[in-house]
Amino acid sequence: MIASGTLHENTRVPSAAESLSPERIAYLENLVSQARTAAAIFTQFTQPDVDRIVKAMVLSGLAQAQHLARLAVEETRLGVMEDKVIKNMVACEFVYDYVKDKRTVGIIREFPERNLMEIAEPIGVLFSITPITNPTSTVLFKCIVAIKTRNAVIFGPHPKAWRCCAEAVKIMYETAVKHGAPEGVFSCLESPTIPDNAYLMRHKDVAMIDATGGPGAVKAAYSSGKPALGVGPGNTPVYLEKSADLNAAVVDIIISKTFDNGTICASEQTVVIDDEIYDQVLKKFADLGAHICDEKETKLLEHTVIDPQTGFMQPMAVGQKAADIARFIGMAVKPNTKLLVAPIRGVGREHPLSVEKLFPVLAVYRAKSVGEALKVCLDVNHAGGIGHTAVVFSRNEDVIRKFGEVINAGRIIVNSPGAIGALGAVYNDLVPTFSFGCGTGGGNSTTDNVNIYHYLNIKRLARRTQNHMWFRVPNQIYFNMNAVENVRQFPSHSTVIVTNPALEQMGHVDIVRRNLAPETQVHVSVIPDAEPEVNVILQGVEELNFYKADQIIALGGGSVIDATKIMKLKYESPEADLEELAAPFLDLRKRVVQYPTEKKNRARLIAIATTSGTGSEVTPFAVLTDKASGRKVTLADYSLTPDIAIVDPQFVMSMPKGLTADTGIDCLTHALEAGVSNYASPYTDSNAMQAIRLAFKYLPIAYEHPRDEEARSMMHNAACIAAMAFSNASVGVNHALAHAFGARFGVAHGRANALMLPHVIAYNAAVPTKFMPSPYTQGYVAHKKYATIADLLGLGGKTVEEKVEKLIAAISQLLDQLGFPRSIAEWGISKEDYERAMPDMVQSAFNDPSWRSNPRMPLMNELVELLWKAYEGRGAAARTGVAERQAL
Amino acid sequence: MDDKRFALTLREAGAKLNGADGEAILDFSSVRRVDSDALHALEQFAQIAGEKGIKVVLRDAHIDVYKVLKLVKLTRRFSFEYCSAQSPRS
Repeated sequence: MIASGTLHENTRVPSAAESLSPERIAYLENLVSQARTAAAIFTQFTQPDVDRIVKAMVLSGLAQAQHLARLAVEETRLGVMEDKVIKNMVACEFVYDYVKDKRTVGIIREFPERNLMEIAEPIGVLFSITPITNPTSTVLFKCIVAIKTRNAVIFGPHPKAWRCCAEAVKIMYETAVKHGAPEGVFSCLESPTIPDNAYLMRHKDVAMIDATGGPGAVKAAYSSGKPALGVGPGNTPVYLEKSADLNAAVVDIIISKTFDNGTICASEQTVVIDDEIYDQVLKKFADLGAHICDEKETKLLEHTVIDPQTGFMQPMAVGQKAADIARFIGMAVKPNTKLLVAPIRGVGREHPLSVEKLFPVLAVYRAKSVGEALKVCLDVNHAGGIGHTAVVFSRNEDVIRKFGEVINAGRIIVNSPGAIGALGAVYNDLVPTFSFGCGTGGGNSTTDNVNIYHYLNIKRLARRTQNHMWFRVPNQIYFNMNAVENVRQFPSHSTVIVTNPALEQMGHVDIVRRNLAPETQVHVSVIPDAEPEVNVILQGVEELNFYKADQIIALGGGSVIDATKIMKLKYESPEADLEELAAPFLDLRKRVVQYPTEKKNRARLIAIATTSGTGSEVTPFAVLTDKASGRKVTLADYSLTPDIAIVDPQFVMSMPKGLTADTGIDCLTHALEAGVSNYASPYTDSNAMQAIRLAFKYLPIAYEHPRDEEARSMMHNAACIAAMAFSNASVGVNHALAHAFGARFGVAHGRANALMLPHVIAYNAAVPTKFMPSPYTQGYVAHKKYATIADLLGLGGKTVEEKVEKLIAAISQLLDQLGFPRSIAEWGISKEDYERAMPDMVQSAFNDPSWRSNPRMPLMNELVELLWKAYEGRGAAARTGVAERQAL
Repeated sequence: MDDKRFALTLREAGAKLNGADGEAILDFSSVRRVDSDALHALEQFAQIAGEKGIKVVLRDAHIDVYKVLKLVKLTRRFSFEYCSAQSPRS
């Protein structure tokens, strides 16, 4: 607060060598013991208890405001008695007005919409240092705040102000105890010394230090190793800008700078005045009782009120009247002079008056421009006042805002007196205080006006929340035989059908073309029959641009539909960076990379599935192959979801057996993984369960009897329904492994899934090595959900473990029926090749976003183990984790 | 034991400790708040008991009271046992 070492004997850093007598130690121990007991007892008090005590204390403080002010002036010989009365009253009345309705006991704030509540925990015993400049008002303030927050305080007043402080503490203490506060809740050091402070600052039962004092005291507090609230020194710059109301500004500055003879550390120190108004402003100061110093008088002030050795103010001037200071240094002024105004030409040691002056001497600086004014204000701010207070007088909002941005001050006071403005609640809505946090610039932990919330440990009670979930699917889904006829209802001038050569050859494109509205210009873009690559996508986008497509029809399996989704994305938003959009994420709502919403072109996407597996016609996913790295990149965003899905079995009637099996198992894997996903919901469960039921019933029939229309239709529906489930619940570790393995060895996705599936079910149904954090699930349920699936399929079994085993067996049997190899080894991959590929596959699987919703968090070594189990083959799966499942 | 007569009751109990052996159980179920007198009396009681080698058990101490004892580091001088079902708000 005051940057003078000599003024504050109790503020230098205490030395460990300084010793206390046994009697003094016993005295201090007794104070701490009493305070500790009081603080403990205080924890039982209710809000009404403390509010009752606080009100009584405030009334006592108000009644004794004048008495305490007189004592303070008599003892310290600083300041103005009348102003100290005001300060004491502000410390009581204004602080009370702020705290009276605030909750400080128990639950103090609730945020039902966030499922959060804040609960107050008192700090305990505080050791509080108070200054010579505002002794009694600071004590009154801290007593009120401490009782409101159920804390006990030991006061360490400035040695030259301890008697008035002791009296203030006594008045507060007696009133508090009379109204029920615990005995020993306040005490005040008698004849305080630096070793006292050092002892208490390091005492194990002192929970926090509140140091309102000089920089030495603050530094000592922060160096003690205890949590501390400290306030830094000030050096308030003021910018008096030409648009300001000059009459009001000058009066405000005089009010502030002369208040209690300038002892408030937030008071104005250097006023930087625009050139255009400089003379006018100085005349107004003179008219209102200030003395404008000439060059000689300014020099005299520089040499007398500022210590030439330290560059800080002289203690003898602090809190003295302007006329008295003038008389003391031999300067002739009128007896009623309020303020000495000294023009300066710069800031720093060569300009002694540019530092903090806690007396009615005000430096003024003539600035030629806004830029120069802000620069000088910043210099003053950095000359001992960082983080404290600054003042601007202006009507120009741009100037006010720029000042606020440039100056580093916890309180930036606009068009009002700095000292009283900073105290809060009088000229503005700042929190009332007698302790100004100055942030890190001032060596403090806060820039706040210290008040009740700094005297509390605020505990946050956070209830489990369940974020909203969703179930998003295309606007329209048309299914059953000849559903393709529905494309007719969608008007289009230019439609591009994206497909692959085989489908075009089979006449599927013609079927679609026949069903489009007659006025539609139809173009066909044929892409290779393989998982989409970037160059294929970009070529497709060129065609869309060429034909100015307003409708795109993806006719094909997962590869074609995925490719078309990405083409549409790049067509509508050419700037979309596919690599960036593929960035990993944990939660769709919080992902870093957002998909573009601005669109250069707009086209409707109709997806017509020609396989019964991926369900890409309804999903928000698209898999892109990066041939160079041999990895697959998954794009995921609901903006990728087709607008319309056509699930017409006529396009799958001719699917070969192998493709039927691969895609069918892909469908089953989607449903199984969505079913046990951490994002599963009743909405996705209903789809997942139905898809599993349909797949088990109709996949073998579709495989054995490809022309069976019902089986084909139901499998086509199953794929779409499973996709609706995993579009919203996602998949799991099976897909992560299948992607990694499939990409590395060129194995079809469905087949790769099949090779992993039994092992992954066994893995998920066992006790996880590591549970996956998930706010959506209560406890671990994967094994139970597998059991439910077994029940749904009528597989039998009495216990959960038996049911899981029966499910694994049923899947194994289904895979046999569909002619899948029992192992990767059987598939024909050598052990050496597989082993060599293992590190890459594990890395790739771990980087795959698919497993993020898996119920069990896969560890790297577990991925290795799963990949080896898949290599070794089925049979191992059924044996895996039986004991663990029994433990769940 | 109740709030109002707490300190007095405790002093009386302290005097009876002479005849006790092994363990003294204080029923704290009706004590809702302690003041400095009560804490002082408890400390004295613990001291007497300690000198006589008697273990002091505070039965059903309310959590707010227990917290006070914890803060003043008195819990280590007593044993605590809970028999009745307390409502957290009682």
